[in-house]
Amino acid sequence: MKTIITLPDFTKTPTVDQVGVEERVARFQTRSIKKESKVQGLKLALNMIDLTTLEGKDTEGKVKQLCYKAAHLHDVMQGLPTVAAVCVYPTFVKLAKKQLEGTGIKVASVATAFPSGQSTRKVKIEDTKFAVANGADEVDMVISRNEFLEGNYNYVFDEIAAVKEACANARLKVILETGELSTLDNVRRASEIAIYAGADFIKTSTGKIAPAATQPVTLVMLETIRDYYYKTGKMVGMKPAGGISTAKIALQYLVMLRETLGDAWLTNQWYRFGASSLANDVLMQLQKEQDGVYQSGDYFSRD
Amino acid sequence: MEKPQNKKTLSLGKSKWSYAPSPESTSHITIKPQYELFIDGKFIKPGSGKYFDTINPATEEKLSSIAEADEKDVDKAVKAARKAYDKTWSKLPAKERGKYIYRIARLLQERAREFSVIESMDGGKPIRESRDIDVPLAANHFFYYAGWADKLEYAFPNRKPQSLGVAGQIIPWNFPLLMAAWKIAPALATGNTVVLKPAETTSLTALKLAELIADSGLPDGVVNIVTGAGRTGAAIVNHPDIDKIAFTGSTDVGKLIQKAIAGTKKKATLELGGKAANIIFADAPIDQAVEGIVNGIFFNQGHVCCAGSRLFIEESAAGEVIRKLKDRLETLIVGDPLDKNTDIGAINSKQQLATINKYIEIGKKEGADFYQSSCSIPKKGYFCKPTLFLNASQSHRVVQEEIFGPVLTIQTFRTVDEVIEKANNIPYGLSAGVWTDKGSKIFNLTTKLRAGVVWANTYNKFDPASPFGGYKESGFGREGGLHGLMPYLKF
Repeated sequence: MKTIITLPDFTKTPTVDQVGVEERVARFQTRSIKKESKVQGLKLALNMIDLTTLEGKDTEGKVKQLCYKAAHLHDVMQGLPTVAAVCVYPTFVKLAKKQLEGTGIKVASVATAFPSGQSTRKVKIEDTKFAVANGADEVDMVISRNEFLEGNYNYVFDEIAAVKEACANARLKVILETGELSTLDNVRRASEIAIYAGADFIKTSTGKIAPAATQPVTLVMLETIRDYYYKTGKMVGMKPAGGISTAKIALQYLVMLRETLGDAWLTNQWYRFGASSLANDVLMQLQKEQDGVYQSGDYFSRD
Repeated sequence: MEKPQNKKTLSLGKSKWSYAPSPESTSHITIKPQYELFIDGKFIKPGSGKYFDTINPATEEKLSSIAEADEKDVDKAVKAARKAYDKTWSKLPAKERGKYIYRIARLLQERAREFSVIESMDGGKPIRESRDIDVPLAANHFFYYAGWADKLEYAFPNRKPQSLGVAGQIIPWNFPLLMAAWKIAPALATGNTVVLKPAETTSLTALKLAELIADSGLPDGVVNIVTGAGRTGAAIVNHPDIDKIAFTGSTDVGKLIQKAIAGTKKKATLELGGKAANIIFADAPIDQAVEGIVNGIFFNQGHVCCAGSRLFIEESAAGEVIRKLKDRLETLIVGDPLDKNTDIGAINSKQQLATINKYIEIGKKEGADFYQSSCSIPKKGYFCKPTLFLNASQSHRVVQEEIFGPVLTIQTFRTVDEVIEKANNIPYGLSAGVWTDKGSKIFNLTTKLRAGVVWANTYNKFDPASPFGGYKESGFGREGGLHGLMPYLKF
């Protein structure tokens, strides 16, 4: 059955009040997560991580080690989940796919001239097709911020739609790079464009621009997802990425998710953390909940 | 009205991942089994020997016995205040007065945790609010007015401000400590002495404040705290040696006070009831406006005189706002006031819960659409689920009368003129809220709404530097800010 979705006018997206958003975020931060709900939340957070390496100095060796870590977070602890996915550059997709065989962990690839997106449509499509042909389960694309800031919303929309087509069965995460969009009104507008153009996930940042993910930005994106769900009944995923390095902050993000979108989104099917160092802090907290004392960082493998 | 396009709902509230109880510890506080009257710097027994119970509204358990002051006790307190005024306080250089007030502010900050826990136990408000709002704001009021103490000539240039004498102050149960600070701080800064009566259901933090004031070394008799119910209050109002009455509470009692002091030289400020309009335009930032609705009516269980208890939504946005509001209600946690995750605590007293329930019944009979959150509430204690009355009419009693609980009436409007007329069509005029992205619309409304405070794109924001007070049956006089000094001065 096909649902007909009318496109909104992207020049007239709903307005956002920054002060109000910050106040709401402060309320999420004061939620006190203790004991069994902390353990449950931490395990959920672990299972939502897209373990990421996106460096010019990435090598096969580095990617192999990261893939092993993804499946074996901390083998001395029982009952730990794996991360959701490993996120790499397209050239490492084939390798990662092989390393992760049989683990259930997905391989995500950035594409479309990541991180700046400053390239031609043709190159971006090729980039995407290459990643998918190598076996990427998920594609993390960047939007053309230059076109967006010039007001060429249709260009941005068409580009996302074209990449979505190139993705075939791979799920598409659309990176808005909110650190370059400057206002929450822009974040709202870019989120709508990405969602209506076919994004399976919307994602805050590349991790290459400061600020990366922030809670106010994430809340505005979640509210856009909710409004789309209200209108169409279709779910879209969310991925804050970059800057989420402690378990405490990750739990605040989950509180926000729980109280904005609810139960259905509390799974790695619909929510991810893009992070490289978050996993170890979560593990350290889980170990502390189990033993009652903190351990040194040297007891947790760093990759 | 815009119809929601799909019926799929979000699953909020009763989640597979829920928050474990996170109660604030009570091990660091002491509540004595019995509290006396604070008169002339000492704690003394009431002449009648009578005491009444103060209970925890969340558990219905007794917390302590509180002395009941009669006319003779009040007379003692007024005499002590007069003596302190004549002998010490009015003679003290203004800079020294300021030092004492600063000291009270600092002590309150140091003991903030203790005060917030006791405030939540005695009054039922969530610890999140007493910890983050009531207690810090009370300390800020003392800090703010301490600063004015030696600068009154600059506040009112060429007008020679002089203190009045003894101020009789009667405060309500909704913000017990904060209201004590609102009253005491400006009175002391302007050189007056004080006889203060807290509400009978919430005396504890005022008595704790008395202990703190004694610790601060404030000269004896400058602040006296007498506890009791209406009779004690009447004794203060009718005492011939009081120069000024400051009252915060119900409009009915406010009227009685005005009758009682008619023909006397007593000055008065009355801060009374309210039934504020919270107005949402279609161009407002809707998600933040929904937060504003929630903060407007469910803050402190709706026990707020300036609560945004009448919601007006522009008709074209009504469907969206109501859907979002209902979803937001599901995430509000009602329960143990001492749990750090509680959003809505206990109703202050059995009597107030009965009043709220009476209005809920009236609202149902009048035919507005009744809606409550699906949350669970504790079996013991006084609790009320967040409640909406949709499609309410201007002539409904639930729209016209102050309920003072977590009950919101919702009406729609079509034009700006219509909403201004409806917002003003009420005996009260304390506060209002306006939500729109358009600045010119805000200024148009703020000049036409008959309300002492109008918030734009926010709600229930308080600051010591900002004056607060009402129009019409919401009272007169201003508290807070420079304006808050004036009622305690003659020129």
